Amino acid sequence: MSQSLATSTHYTRAARIMHWAMAFLLLSLLFAGLSMVQSLAPWHLTLLGLHKSFGVIALIGVVIRLVIRLRNPAPALPASVPAWQQRIARVSHILLYAAMFAMPITGYLMQNAAGRPIVFFDLFVLPALLPISLPLYGILRELHGLIALGFILLILVHIGAALHHGWVKRDGVLNSMTGKE
Amino acid sequence: MALLKDSPLALRYAGITVVVGGLGALFFAIANGLGQQPVTAQDFVDLQQGASPHLGFRRAHAKGFCVAGEFVANGELSSFSSAGIFQNGATPFLGRISTAGNNPTAPDLAAPVRSLALSFGSGSTRWQTAMNTPPVMPVRTPADFHKQIVALSPDPETGERDPARIGAFFAEHPETQAFLTWQASYSPTGSFATERYHSINAFYLIDANGNRQAVRWAAVPVDSATSDPAALDTDNPDVLIHEFMARLEHGPVEFNFNFTLANADDDPADPTLLWGEGHQQVSAGTLIIHEAYMASNEAGRNCDALNFDPLILPKGMAATQDQILRARSAAYAESYRRRARENAFNQRTEAQP
Repeated sequence: MSQSLATSTHYTRAARIMHWAMAFLLLSLLFAGLSMVQSLAPWHLTLLGLHKSFGVIALIGVVIRLVIRLRNPAPALPASVPAWQQRIARVSHILLYAAMFAMPITGYLMQNAAGRPIVFFDLFVLPALLPISLPLYGILRELHGLIALGFILLILVHIGAALHHGWVKRDGVLNSMTGKE
Repeated sequence: MALLKDSPLALRYAGITVVVGGLGALFFAIANGLGQQPVTAQDFVDLQQGASPHLGFRRAHAKGFCVAGEFVANGELSSFSSAGIFQNGATPFLGRISTAGNNPTAPDLAAPVRSLALSFGSGSTRWQTAMNTPPVMPVRTPADFHKQIVALSPDPETGERDPARIGAFFAEHPETQAFLTWQASYSPTGSFATERYHSINAFYLIDANGNRQAVRWAAVPVDSATSDPAALDTDNPDVLIHEFMARLEHGPVEFNFNFTLANADDDPADPTLLWGEGHQQVSAGTLIIHEAYMASNEAGRNCDALNFDPLILPKGMAATQDQILRARSAAYAESYRRRARENAFNQRTEAQP
């Protein structure tokens, strides 16, 4: 396993496609979520339905990504990156994955606790895993919001670090995900 | 990108700052109302709850109690909607009878509006409706509804309503006419069991072929004989609740579930106009309330946990483009979020009645 990967400088094509597709999906979900909880406009109902359906897709997506990531470990960071930065990079990636799981899971469960059905694109209703409970909804709803805030901050740090590698250090770390040589 | 990569170092750092800062600023702006209409769900609920909110309670219709019963459908609507609830047979419901206002201990007789909210079924068959005594809305948009509540609110200094401000609001909003006509003719009855409760907004019934028929509905009391308000103890703040509990001991409380079909020239998105004479009425069956629970009771907490969002509809029904109807979902959700948080973190300010 290690022979080929030790020399690989890029994420696999599958990992790159999933990364960019989910980047687009998750940013859209975050913007939609922040906007729809405030809006009294007629599109609220439509956006709410889309947010839930695409949230389910995001959960399926992160499971696929985790499988890809575990089967194909990330390319090693260049030796020029100090050890402490490598550790931070590792921890931040773990936190990003944790947030990608926690967002749809808290979203799903809070709908269960509120007794609201999750209808997947008008096709079918997903099963409720929790009983209806006001305090449980209260906790899950606040978690969904707080994790979203943490996730946004992580994403900003992630983008900042990636661009720092790509534009300032020019050490190939950004290229490992864009696919450029 | 390639250009930036070869630029002076300062410019490259500036590029990173612009991207990260710009995205961060966009998140911040959207979280704080960028792209929103003048009145948000938060503005609305802030207005409803007033300066000293009753923590842990619904911000509107704070006072109420839970009921349970069944809807016995006669099948008359089954040709209009594929929803299982309208096929011949019985569907149990959980419900809540309430009075308007943000105070969970306000006197029953002081409330201008009484309500019956129902929740049927679960999963894809779940249907919720929140019905009120007025048959129409005074206005068509959430922004105008917000203005109306502001106009009707007592002056914070004098504690009195300002008739001039109220008059000015209604003069500027001629669409309030049907509501005002109803209001002038309405006198509250002496029981929650003898009121008519209206869906107010219109919804679509959808049949198996996808044909849509706009409808409104109302729960019309079967028994309207014994509800003389003069016989009530006006000093008892919970007199209507006690009356309802006592009434149930003698037998179930029943309502005819009547649907009014829109004509071709009716606008289903306009909740300010009455669909009166010249409209086909269909009775879908009977709503039968068997039990009632105070909120302090364990069983009563079941409906306390529900948000009676009227946009939770089963297959075979759909929301119209009515702006008020569409706004109800987000406003209810904000009120629900606040009281759920307060219940989860023990911030309830007072005991249930």
